[in-house]
Amino acid sequence: MSETINQLTANDDPSDSKSEIIAHAKAMVEKLETGDSHEAFKVLEDLNKARDRTLFSEVGRLTRSLHNAITDFHIDIEMNQQSQQEISRISDASDRLNYVIDLTEKAANKTMDKVEEAIPAANLIQSSAEELKPQWDKVLKGDIDPAQFRELHKKMGTFIDGTIVSSQGLGSNLSDILLAQDYQDLTGQVIKRVIQLVQEIEGSLVELVKTAGTVEELAGIEKTQRVEKDSIQAEGPVINKEERVDVVSGQDDVDDLLSSLGF
Amino acid sequence: MDKNMKILIVDDFSTMRRIIKNLLRDLGFTNTTEADDGQTALPVLKSGSFDFLITDWNMPGMTGIELLKAVREDPDLNSLPVLMVTAEAKKDQIIEAAQAGVNGYVVKPFTATVLQEKIEKIFERIEGS
Repeated sequence: MSETINQLTANDDPSDSKSEIIAHAKAMVEKLETGDSHEAFKVLEDLNKARDRTLFSEVGRLTRSLHNAITDFHIDIEMNQQSQQEISRISDASDRLNYVIDLTEKAANKTMDKVEEAIPAANLIQSSAEELKPQWDKVLKGDIDPAQFRELHKKMGTFIDGTIVSSQGLGSNLSDILLAQDYQDLTGQVIKRVIQLVQEIEGSLVELVKTAGTVEELAGIEKTQRVEKDSIQAEGPVINKEERVDVVSGQDDVDDLLSSLGF
Repeated sequence: MDKNMKILIVDDFSTMRRIIKNLLRDLGFTNTTEADDGQTALPVLKSGSFDFLITDWNMPGMTGIELLKAVREDPDLNSLPVLMVTAEAKKDQIIEAAQAGVNGYVVKPFTATVLQEKIEKIFERIEGS
């Protein structure tokens, strides 16, 4: 494939083609002015040929840029496969991003599991302490009879034992929650690689668009109008709120806007 | 406000549904059902007598705004209170949702307090009218 591309682009300097076309055009005007229409048409034919040649070479350049863009993309993937084991099995950007979704979802669920487990333990400590409080207050005031004190004594023992168990559980849940945040490091690395890839592809595409622009110009294709974005189309979280005037900056803004609409 | 009211939570991310479900449970609402987009939510709404709909906007299949419009067009569902909980923050979108008949709009990321306030406000209004 690259051989064909190289042949196609043997003469691909656009300035050469331009000067060739200008020379032909000048020659044609000269012939027409001297009344030699036969020669003038011959020059016109040359002019057409030069235009076609330029067009072909530009299409060639376009093809080569596209080819390079695709090749660079593959090289990037191969490079990444040799690096970190954690991400080497991910062969393309969308897989990598799906991996990010996966990891973040698992981490969120694990965190919520641990929180849901911890809530009853925390509630138990609270409710037991609340139950003991009035009796303990009585002790402080010296307003307790021996039978009540024996009962409190027993309850206090149970409470302390229970609190030790519950707080051990809470501690282990908290450290599990802490550990569940390790996704940030892994997803951060994957996302950085995807960003790098996207930037490289963007660079290649910009080159491609530039080349395609020359082809369009030569072929006389009119540029298509940029399509206006639908203003209510969903776009997900806004990353650069400060730089935009069409978005709200938070819940207070939403409330203000809605109340201005009679909400 | 009836704490036993039937609530449908619609979001394409299960973690967000779980967060909302947990927050609702903390507020005393335990009668919740989940759906992952408008397309699956609509038949669920039609089949059961739901009292409240909490929906995201950006979802595959059928978006939240489409779901809201479909609910308002359905004679059996048109009075259902709808709270939008979404990352969509364009003013045009909020206006669109208001015009489509949304009852409240919460932008993500949100707090438990904001969610509670909006739910209370919606039902105060409904009970007051």
